[in-house]
Amino acid sequence: MEQQRRTRYTTVSIPVTLYERIKRLIEGTGFTSVSQFVTYVLREVVAEMEEEKLRSEAVTEEEKRAIIERLRRLGYL
Amino acid sequence: MVSRPHGGRLVDRTVSPRRAERLVEEAKELPGIELSPGLAADVANIAHGVYSPLEGFLVQEDYLSVLDDMRLGNDIPWTIPIVLDVDPSEITGVREGDDIALYYGGKPLALMRVEEIYGWDKREYAAKVFKTTDPGHPGVRKTLKRKELLIGGPIDLVSEIPEPFEKYRLWPKETRVLFELRGWKTIAAFQTRNVPHLGHEYVQKAALTFTDGLFINPLVGWKKPGDYRDEVIVEAYQALIKHYYPRDSVVFSVLRMEMRYAGPREAIHHAIVRKNYGATHFIVGRDHAGVGDYYGPYEAWDLFKEFPDLGITPLFVREAFYCKKCGQMVNEKICPHPEEYRVRISGTKLREMIKRGEKPPEYMMRPEVAEVILRHPNPFITEDEAENPR
Ligand SMILES: [Zn+2]
Repeated sequence: MEQQRRTRYTTVSIPVTLYERIKRLIEGTGFTSVSQFVTYVLREVVAEMEEEKLRSEAVTEEEKRAIIERLRRLGYL
Repeated sequence: MVSRPHGGRLVDRTVSPRRAERLVEEAKELPGIELSPGLAADVANIAHGVYSPLEGFLVQEDYLSVLDDMRLGNDIPWTIPIVLDVDPSEITGVREGDDIALYYGGKPLALMRVEEIYGWDKREYAAKVFKTTDPGHPGVRKTLKRKELLIGGPIDLVSEIPEPFEKYRLWPKETRVLFELRGWKTIAAFQTRNVPHLGHEYVQKAALTFTDGLFINPLVGWKKPGDYRDEVIVEAYQALIKHYYPRDSVVFSVLRMEMRYAGPREAIHHAIVRKNYGATHFIVGRDHAGVGDYYGPYEAWDLFKEFPDLGITPLFVREAFYCKKCGQMVNEKICPHPEEYRVRISGTKLREMIKRGEKPPEYMMRPEVAEVILRHPNPFITEDEAENPR
C-alpha cells in the first residue's frame, strides 16, 4: 500500500522586487515556480559552502605513508 | 584538486587493530546476524567512506526521504536506500539502542548500534527506486525476496571482507592520495559491469582527452544471469589497458557493490560513489544502469538536472559506433552520415558471438581483449549462480 507522505516546506522572506525579478527570469524555462528556482540555486550554493567548510582534515602523515607504501606494492606508483 | 567527499567529510568507520580485537571479544556476547555477500559489501563500503556521508544503514526518516525526495533527511542528495533487512526471528530480544554483531562467512565483520527497527513496504520501494513493480525486473525480483524488517544505525568495521581481487581493490582514502600524487586535478570516472568493446574505449578516451586522468572502476559482486563474470571483466580490462592505454593516465580498481539495475537513480548513486573516490567527472552513457526497456535511453541524463548540489560533473557521452565513411569510431554528434554507413556495436550481438566461441571483428573488440574472454570456458553468470550468490 502506498503511503501518503509529503515533502515538508517552510517559508522564507525575500524582497518583492527580487521575487518579481526571478519570476521574469524563469519565464519559459523549466522552472515552474520562484520557490522551485530558489531551492535549486540555494542547494547549489549551500552544498559548495558546506563541503568547503567541512573539508576533510587531510589524512595524517603516518597514514599517508602507509597508503603510499601499499600503492607501491600493488604497482600503482 | 580531487573532488570533495559527498557531504564534505570522508567517513571512516574502521577501527584500529587493537580496538578491533576488543570489539570482536565484545561481539561474542551480542546477538549476531549473518549477512549476505551484498550486505557485507555495503558494510565495508560504509566503513571505508565509499558511501560518505552514511555512517551506517539508513534509519526510517532517511529511508523515507530517499524514497520520496532522493535526498537524505539532511537534504544531501542520495538516491538508493542502503538498508539492512532482517527477519524478526533474527533480532528476537534486540531493542532500539542495543548493539549487535554483523557476521560474514561466520566471522565477525562489524558491530552495529541498532538505532531503529522499522517495517518497510517492498512494493513501494520497488515502485519508487525501480519505477516498476514488475517481478521480471531483476532488481524488483531481488527486492521482493528481502526480509520483513529494516534496522538502521551506525556500524564499526572490525575485519575486512575477503577480496579475490585484493590487488585491484582501492578505497577512497587511497585513490585520493594516488590522484594527488599523480598531480591530477580533473579525473573522469567510468562505471562498468561489462567487458570493454571499442565503444567503451572511445567514450573513455573522449573523456580522457579533456581530463588529467581516467578512473576505471568496474563493479564486482552480484549481477544478473547473462552478465559477465567478475574475473572476465577484470582480465579483459587488464589486457585493454596494457595494450591500448597510456599507463600514467589510468587508474583501474574494482568496487565490490551489487548492481541494482535502477537506471536513473542508480546513475546518480554511481556518481556519488565516484565523487567519494575523488573523481571530479562521471561518465554517464546510454541507458546507464538500465535493464530491458524499463528506462529511456537518456532518462538518467535528465535526472542529473535535479541535483545542482551533486558536486561531481556528469559527462554525457552518446553511444559510439563505427562509421565507414568517417573511417573511425564516432557518435551522432560528430558524424553526419546516414545509418547505412554506421556499424553499431551491440552488446547482445557480442555476447552471442562469444557464446559461440567466435572472435568478434576488430572494429568491435580489440583482439587481445577478445582472446582473454574466449579463454574462459563460460564467461557468463548462470541463473543458478545469480539465485544463490556465495
Ligand atoms: Zn560518419
